[in-house]
Amino acid sequence: SRCCAPSGAAPAMNCRAEVLEVSVEGRQVEEAMLAVLHTVLLHRSTGKFHYKKEGTYSIGTVGTQDVDCDFIDFAYVRVSSEELDRALRKAVGEFKDALRGSGSDGMGQISLEFYQKKKSRWPFSDECIPWELWTIKVNVVNLANEQERQICREKVGEKLCEKIINIVEVMNRHEYLPKMPTQSEVDNVFDTSLKDVQPYLYKISYQITDSLGTSVTTTMRRLIKDTLAL
Amino acid sequence: AMDTDLSSQDRKDLDKFIKFFALKTVQVIVQARLGEKICTRSSSSPTGSDWFNLAIKDIPEVTHEAKKALAGQLPAVGRSMCVEISLKTSEGDSMELEIWCLEMNEKCDKEIKVSYTVYNRLSLLLKSLLAITRVTPAYRLSRKQGHEYVILYRIYFGEVQLSGLGEGFQTVRVGTVGTPVGTITLSCAYRINLAFMSTRQFERTPPIMGIIIDHFVDRPYPSSSPMHPCNYRAGEDNGAVYPSVEDSQEVCTTSFSTSPPSQCVFTVTKAHFQTPPPVVTDTLKVPVMGLAFSHQLSSSRLSYQPTALGVGSADMGYPVLFAGGLNAAHPHQLIGPGKEGGVPPVPSQPAHGTQADQERMCTPLDGVHYSAATPSSSEDTETVSNSSEGKCGSPHDLLETIFIRKVGAFVNKPINQVTMANLDIPFAMFAPKNVELEDNDPMVNPPASPETESPLQGSLHSEGSSGSSTGNTHDDFVMVDFKPAFSKDDILPMDLGTFYREFQNPPQLSSLSIDIGAQSMAEDLDSLPEKLAVHEKNVKEFDAFVETLQ
Repeated sequence: SRCCAPSGAAPAMNCRAEVLEVSVEGRQVEEAMLAVLHTVLLHRSTGKFHYKKEGTYSIGTVGTQDVDCDFIDFAYVRVSSEELDRALRKAVGEFKDALRGSGSDGMGQISLEFYQKKKSRWPFSDECIPWELWTIKVNVVNLANEQERQICREKVGEKLCEKIINIVEVMNRHEYLPKMPTQSEVDNVFDTSLKDVQPYLYKISYQITDSLGTSVTTTMRRLIKDTLAL
Repeated sequence: AMDTDLSSQDRKDLDKFIKFFALKTVQVIVQARLGEKICTRSSSSPTGSDWFNLAIKDIPEVTHEAKKALAGQLPAVGRSMCVEISLKTSEGDSMELEIWCLEMNEKCDKEIKVSYTVYNRLSLLLKSLLAITRVTPAYRLSRKQGHEYVILYRIYFGEVQLSGLGEGFQTVRVGTVGTPVGTITLSCAYRINLAFMSTRQFERTPPIMGIIIDHFVDRPYPSSSPMHPCNYRAGEDNGAVYPSVEDSQEVCTTSFSTSPPSQCVFTVTKAHFQTPPPVVTDTLKVPVMGLAFSHQLSSSRLSYQPTALGVGSADMGYPVLFAGGLNAAHPHQLIGPGKEGGVPPVPSQPAHGTQADQERMCTPLDGVHYSAATPSSSEDTETVSNSSEGKCGSPHDLLETIFIRKVGAFVNKPINQVTMANLDIPFAMFAPKNVELEDNDPMVNPPASPETESPLQGSLHSEGSSGSSTGNTHDDFVMVDFKPAFSKDDILPMDLGTFYREFQNPPQLSSLSIDIGAQSMAEDLDSLPEKLAVHEKNVKEFDAFVETLQ
């Protein structure tokens, strides 16, 4: 069920927020974003829970796989889940298109937010309480020649290595994580819709800075588009 | 179990987790250097064999090598598991690229739930390891291996050796997990100047023999410390004990806050014959006339770690370092008997070539009766506690002194406030009673002055210490590797460390030496009646003075 304020709202006060910045060439956007998002989700996904009697549960197994980038000298590890990969690719694809779109000057950001659901009574919709927010700020650069592109491949690869280390540092702080839920609560904490793994509830949103210098959120854009289409 | 706070089931679980964590760590690292892309499947139905809920394959040779290196032990303070990754060219030149270190420090998290939180955090740490193994320079090198070079691994256990990484190596921390017995840390030190691969930097190593191309075994490693089982009994040499100073400090701090007053019970017993007194002292230069020391910490958590005995003195809150030279037949017991690392026994007799058995080892903690238990007939068996004046006699008579120090406090009072029975000390019933404690408190009865001053970090052999000892009786001194707080990470000796080391053992205050101390105290006591008389005479003046203040 839908819930929450439109994406782009400021995180709650006790929500952990991390910001990463990268400058990439247009064709590197997708791989760079996937690398970061997959690395975060690797740490924020568990195996599927199987609840048993007396409130105990067992946890499935998470597989992993290496991914090589084509446009960046870089490789990363992601969770072995096609569903999850598809979901991320879809979001990142939209982001890339928006960045390339006419209104954009090549700057934008994509956010991965982890939240918990708090059920409310009708007529109120459920509340979403974010507990961790990752924001990747992207700056798309245009390169003139092949030599520059080659250097960019390497440089962006190195930058991404740094980002991975940063992400791991944050993960190692062992700060707030939602309590392991009972069976009745599990959907308020985890996304149980996938077959093979169970990430914490998350949502991805993005913002593009258009040529007017204002930030336009995805929701707003859709609204405008829909309105104009009438 | 000595560790009353950790149930034995939890303890077993924890050990198992750590063991398998170590094995999986090795698998992840080695597999990340094979030069292939790794892919494992997720499975929603849990299988029993997927440790930490992660699908990590077990390459049998790698497990075998890891188990061989660990030899049944677990990472502990000073005993780290290291995976060394190196590159070897087709000409036979090789170069170390990375050292992955799985270490344990003494910072314990007693509150943490073993079967749940620790397990999940270890799982998270493995995921971090998966991620980090792809971002160090050696990953890309390993993906291109095969023609001109191969990537090799070596597993060793003991002290981390980073000297092969060249100058300016970098470290990246993968993560840490706190447990009730210590904090597990996983990090990688890696060479950065890979571009510069001149032959000067390579060592010639003997050709690999009959091994699968991507790993090798048995590179001779001369300085490996001998391995010890977790419940370490100092039957072997003690060279491998490497507690770190700041960790000792932390340990004392944490134990201090959560448990009843941390006490370092330091029992010294004397040999009953001509064995000369070695001197290992704490920084107060308490002489150790005896040859056998035991060190018992009231915090049961600390007693798990055989190597938890830090350097330093009880007075400043460090667990007391001790060692003693017995004759070669009896290396003293650093920690004792095979319970899970529990209380170090006090060898009752460094004696006659025979090792006192365990029960007797414990008895001497009872100060009063100790001497009775000794077979020696020498008059030296008189203990301090039995001495009528409650003072020490001459140094050579000092047979047994029990120093109990409140961590961080020089006050001698607290001893009376705490009865041994209340303390969570194993074998508390053998601890001396309150009455004797004060007599034994060196603050009240300063101990005999030491024969020499022997810096703790100095040579641990007899030449360095009291000088009057014979031969190899001092091979049981404990060598301590200093890792000063706030100094840069693990391995390199820093100036701070040198400073620390040098100033760690100041000479004993002369006022604490028995003769001067006893003398001045005697004088003080003698002069008391006189002083009192004078004051009485002047009482009117004092009263008048007081009036003016009101």
